[in-house]
Amino acid sequence: MADLYISEDTADAAEIAAVDAALGGRFVVLHESERLVRAGTAKRHGHRHLLLPALHALQNAKGWISPGGLNHVCEALQVPPAEAYGVATFYEMFRVEEPGHAGDVTHVCVDAACQIAGSAEKIAELKASGGNVHESPCLGQCEKAPAIFVQGVAGPDSVPADSEPLQFHQQGDSSLRLLKRIGVVDATSLDSYREQGGYEAMEAAVAMGAEAVCTAVADSGLSGRGGAAFPTGIKWRAVAAEQGRPKHVVANCDESEPGTFKDRFVMENDPFSLIEALTVAGFATGAENGWIYIRGEYPLATARLENAIAQCREAGLLGGNAAGSGHPFDIELRRGAGAYICGEETALFASLEGFRGEPRSKPPFPTTHGLFQEPTAINNPETLLNALDILLIGAEEYRSRGTERSPGTKLLCLSGQIAKPGVYEVEFGTTLDQVIDLAGGLTGNGELAAILMGGAAGSFVGPDALDMPLTLEDTRERETTLGSGVIMPFTTEIDMVDVLVRISAFFRNESCGQCVPCRVGTVRQNETMVQLQRTGSLTSERLALVDDIAQVMVDASICGLGHTAASAINSAIALGLVPGAARGSGES
Amino acid sequence: MTILETKVALRINGEAVEVPAGTSIHKACESAGIDTPTLCWAENLTPVNVCRVCVVEVEGSRALVPSCARPAEEGMVVETDSERVRHSRKMVLEFLGSGVNLEQAPELHEWMQRYGAEPERYDQYEMPAVRMGDAPKIQDNLFIRDYDQCVLCYKCVSACGDDAQHSFAIAVSGRGFGARISTEYDTPLPDSACVYCGNCIGVCPTGAIQFKTEFDLRAADDWRPDDQDVTRTICSYCGVGCNLELHTQDEKIIKVTSPSDHSVTNGHLCIKGRFGWQYVQPDEPPLNA
Ligand SMILES: Cc1cc2nc3c(=O)[nH]c(=O)nc-3n(C[C@H](O)[C@H](O)[C@H](O)COP(=O)(O)O)c2cc1C
Ligand code: SF4
Ligand code: SF4
Ligand code: FES
Ligand code: FES
Repeated sequence: MADLYISEDTADAAEIAAVDAALGGRFVVLHESERLVRAGTAKRHGHRHLLLPALHALQNAKGWISPGGLNHVCEALQVPPAEAYGVATFYEMFRVEEPGHAGDVTHVCVDAACQIAGSAEKIAELKASGGNVHESPCLGQCEKAPAIFVQGVAGPDSVPADSEPLQFHQQGDSSLRLLKRIGVVDATSLDSYREQGGYEAMEAAVAMGAEAVCTAVADSGLSGRGGAAFPTGIKWRAVAAEQGRPKHVVANCDESEPGTFKDRFVMENDPFSLIEALTVAGFATGAENGWIYIRGEYPLATARLENAIAQCREAGLLGGNAAGSGHPFDIELRRGAGAYICGEETALFASLEGFRGEPRSKPPFPTTHGLFQEPTAINNPETLLNALDILLIGAEEYRSRGTERSPGTKLLCLSGQIAKPGVYEVEFGTTLDQVIDLAGGLTGNGELAAILMGGAAGSFVGPDALDMPLTLEDTRERETTLGSGVIMPFTTEIDMVDVLVRISAFFRNESCGQCVPCRVGTVRQNETMVQLQRTGSLTSERLALVDDIAQVMVDASICGLGHTAASAINSAIALGLVPGAARGSGES
Repeated sequence: MTILETKVALRINGEAVEVPAGTSIHKACESAGIDTPTLCWAENLTPVNVCRVCVVEVEGSRALVPSCARPAEEGMVVETDSERVRHSRKMVLEFLGSGVNLEQAPELHEWMQRYGAEPERYDQYEMPAVRMGDAPKIQDNLFIRDYDQCVLCYKCVSACGDDAQHSFAIAVSGRGFGARISTEYDTPLPDSACVYCGNCIGVCPTGAIQFKTEFDLRAADDWRPDDQDVTRTICSYCGVGCNLELHTQDEKIIKVTSPSDHSVTNGHLCIKGRFGWQYVQPDEPPLNA
């Protein structure tokens, strides 16, 4: 690269201190007395992944990313300012204009669970009392609706609800597998984790060897819990088979699918389990580098994981001979900055590498060309936790729970009009009405109208689906999905059109904007829903348009966001939840 | 020495086609005489496959596949004119037409006709469809940027960055429909890293970036393509030997391009070749006035 052109704006002392602390001395350009020391291209590329942490530091220092601050980062990391600006403007949590106010920003969730729990009133109330309020997509605290996240300036971020005592309705249930330590273990103590059986799975892994771990995971029938249900054993074996290049395992803790909060629940209350599970994944695949990419709105989970990483490093469970495995393995944690799309695996890699979180086209797949174009196994935290259980009880015992095609247990996120919202662990095959009973039944005075399954990217089912066993095969057969485990009931009291307007707005706001079908399609879809809200019905012309828009998003978008952006709306129309939009028979 | 070339055999619309391994489906279609629209793809740039106007149906693949970027594979079965393909192409063009000013992109109009795109149907209710809607940026006398005409094909970004100039003056900023091509903080070009090579103009498919001379002529309603000539010559500034195409109207140079298949330039130039022509027509006002 040619020398970078950097404008004359300079950073102030607070910005420089914040960035330098975030970079920890890892600069590409150093000013040594009069001498400018510039490292080469390889070093420049090798440091770009520090861009996101540096932008976080700037945002936190002043409440926005100033031109001078950005210049300082660009010089230190040798990133062109236009590109760094493109990255900064991609994320919801970063501002590139000086805010008209000083101080913290209060993000209030406006997605479905919070929408029906009165987020609009909450926003009005906060604004009236002079707060800096920002309307946010799902904050992953749907059980505490309406949810709030406070983004700090020159101080830490916080979530007011974090000071409330733990709400876990299944505590003491001896059938729990993944949640067995929640509420029992001290989430800040490695000793406590070990007392509760922590690191026994890793010991078992080391005793049996990497290949046997992959075999056990494959034999267990474990499939990914991040939404796509890809077989985990196949993924791990593919990465294990790659030789001669650095390899990575990544825990995808971006958890931004509206209605989803199970990963947060685990990370806050049993963080060491994720560290152990990622270490097992690294051992099984032969990867030396572990990464945790966690959404930026999870301050407590972030702190708990950072503490866990530090304690594990101290105890030799991470590092040169990680947990006595004879292999080096360590974990770096990275915070996202408000972008649902960064949960898509290739977008996550781009984001982590310091680029805009735009998905890449597949093939090539992450197992050969993942993070830094190197072999990578990326998994949802819940998937990883299952691996621990498989090592402890063996594949056969693991398969004794659930069904033949959906073995094991599943974490479900119950929110919406439900008496005891929260995270629940059930065996695959439990029916929808059993789960709703477990969570205390419906609230409100109306009848059940619809249940949103799998989040905004999932679909609505009607009351006739209450007998549906929750398995991959049964949900597929009924043309719905478990997705990330969202179960959000709505009764007839709720105006579903308002909910559909919000879901369509979510996709409109969260599209990365890269491909035309999704960038424009999500906007046009939202416009049809707003039109519906205004006029009370969808004309046949408009309905045809809704179908046309849905079809191109499904067929021609680059990634899963575009592919699923019309799914909830389509299902709502099919269920007759949209007034004046009943389809004639014969149409699908 | 002979270079052994591996070939792959595939079927496109039922016809057997054989192409060298590594050839894109789009090129394979071309060799079979099938015309495929492309917008974000160019011969001299790395494919970004974002516009999706070139999608085709590949047997075994759930979603449609961007033909510009996907290599043809042995045994592939490709459909380029199926119902699904026609629908996606129509919708992509319709979406672009509904949000962007495409007046200066005649090729897109042809395709829109071919696929029956009706961008008007988004506007026929009381709620107008949102558009890019930006005002033209006129910051110097060399070229203008009118992002109301931008289809976000990323070509200018690639040409300014890794694929040609390595200036990195412009990048995509924002997200979703709010994404825009921009300098840092939307700084005016003269204060940015721009070196005025004009390579972005050369690759822009819609006229969103254009010579100020062209912009002024259009504004005066005096842009007359039928009265324009193109003369190929060699740049006289240095010894590299860049080929230039001088576009003239009324015997005055109105813009300069370079052929993208030219071995020296790959279609890219520097500020001198692109804008340094005033000495040929000293009676015209200088561009830096
Ligand atoms: C728009 C979008 C958002 C996603 N968000 C997440 C997420 O937050 N967490 C997650 O684990 N997977 C998410 N995924 C799925 C990932 O791409 C990937 O399939 C998953 O991390 C693989 O892990 P698994 O095999 O353990 O499920 C998302 C996918 C899309 C298309
Ligand atoms: S489908 Fe949407 S989110 Fe995915 S790449 Fe395309 S524009 Fe981006
Ligand atoms: S300005 Fe032109 S080249 Fe650049 S993205 Fe827009 S349409 Fe493409
Ligand atoms: S936090 Fe509001 S819907 Fe999830
Ligand atoms: S030309 Fe192929 S995706 Fe744009």
